[in-house]
Amino acid sequence: MIEEKFDAIVVGAGMSGNAAALAMAKRGMKVLQLERGEYAGSKNVQGAILYADMLEKLIPDFRDDAPLERHLVEQRFWIMDDRSHFGVHYRSEDFNEERPNRYTIIRAQFDKWFSSKVREAGATVLCETTVTELARDAHGKVIGVRTDRRDGEIHADVVVLAEGVNGLLGTRARLRERPKPDKVALAVKEMHFLPRETIEAHFNLKGDEGVVVEAAGTISRGMTGMGFIYANKECISIGIGCIVADFQRTGETPYGLLDCFKRHPSVAPLIEGSEVKEYSAHLIPEGGYKAIPQLYGDGWVVVGDAAQLNNAIHREGSNLAMTSGRIAAEAIVQVKSRSHPMTAANLSVYKKMLDDSFVIKDLKKHKDMPMLMHTNSQNFFLTYPQLVSRAMQNYVRVDGTPKAEKEKVTLKSFVNARSWTGLFGDAFRIARAWR
Amino acid sequence: MNVETSVRVEDKLFYNRYLVDVGRPHVKVRAHTKPSSQLLALLKVCPARCYELNDKGQVEVTVDGCIECGTCRVIGEPTGDIEWSYPRGGYGVLFKFG
Repeated sequence: MIEEKFDAIVVGAGMSGNAAALAMAKRGMKVLQLERGEYAGSKNVQGAILYADMLEKLIPDFRDDAPLERHLVEQRFWIMDDRSHFGVHYRSEDFNEERPNRYTIIRAQFDKWFSSKVREAGATVLCETTVTELARDAHGKVIGVRTDRRDGEIHADVVVLAEGVNGLLGTRARLRERPKPDKVALAVKEMHFLPRETIEAHFNLKGDEGVVVEAAGTISRGMTGMGFIYANKECISIGIGCIVADFQRTGETPYGLLDCFKRHPSVAPLIEGSEVKEYSAHLIPEGGYKAIPQLYGDGWVVVGDAAQLNNAIHREGSNLAMTSGRIAAEAIVQVKSRSHPMTAANLSVYKKMLDDSFVIKDLKKHKDMPMLMHTNSQNFFLTYPQLVSRAMQNYVRVDGTPKAEKEKVTLKSFVNARSWTGLFGDAFRIARAWR
Repeated sequence: MNVETSVRVEDKLFYNRYLVDVGRPHVKVRAHTKPSSQLLALLKVCPARCYELNDKGQVEVTVDGCIECGTCRVIGEPTGDIEWSYPRGGYGVLFKFG
């Protein structure tokens, strides 16, 4: 048994755990961070995009040595049917700035670097250690953790649960429920390697410029889901994710979807000739605001994916993770600096601070979107993409049909598929959920 | 066009690094005679295809290629069909890129 008592134990070394451990260690707290992987990052999976603003708040000069891939100068949204895509692209020279706003990263490498900063700040980081249980006193207050190391009970004033989307400890201790199949998405991803110049040619990039493609439509076969393609320096991250309950209902396979996405005529040329070097999968919290569990209690707080803090509509997760980790750390430091005990009442300041941040404000704004998308997945992910594709083809194909007739055909196809009530209803529902 | 059958998941897993904790699987299937609908769903949804039917029609799991996503836990743990833990520290999949 480790006799030493810590101010705080952080479980997990992903974005939220590293943020929390770093912020507390920097403020002079005695921090122990436990990670089950061989090194920080070896169990972590993400697309991945890094949001500079949230990292700057922790490590202002991160650009000096962080393993960044490409800074994003372009965003492509695609609506796909089986043979086409209709795209909205936004590219701006403004994104070629001195301190770019978003980067692609490779999580295993980035997290290793992030963890080195945590160590430099003075935290003790113990890898290859799986936390198996929370240790509690007679009153139920969390007083530490038990690990799979021999005699592994370790004590601390507070435990920061940064254990990721599966959040086993919190569930086992009944601090929150296990995520339900309709509140998480399963995403699968492959890393496709190509020479740098080839990637730059395929995506119309120069130097360290990067691009993100996000795609929805028939690729998810009527399920709520999305495909993504991220350009890194010498590889392309390509993947697709759908709600687990949808997979369960339809019997579709995740690798089957990924294979179809890769072979789509709009996608195949981008990865042509590549060598695959890894295949991964991960769950993504999709329940939004309504799925956020209790965030604090006697001797504990929960941050990041474990707290379901993911903005599915804007596809932002790592920044919410990092920010919740940092805010939890600030709350803990505040309680400690007043020499108050780490009780639920005192730790409630974490929730107050988080409520005032973009994390909860954004999730609250879109609180009805997840439900809308999940209950209308056939319309939004199958019917509309097909209609849009036919409408676009009708619009651009020149065949001697008078334009008025063409427009009539397009309008009719929408009304036939969804009816006027359906069309207005869908528009109204989206507008209401979005505002 | 049934492409699924042509996707060889085993080939994909071959790209990955693992440290298998021999004899200590982190996922177990509860003994059964007839599989539940949840167990049957795992045959398709598991991205590493760890679940297979044996010749008695029961669902079996082999965790060596598991990529630790937790999908089977979300589906199969509530019904008691499976028991799910993380591998011991250091074991399991070791992502190079993640």
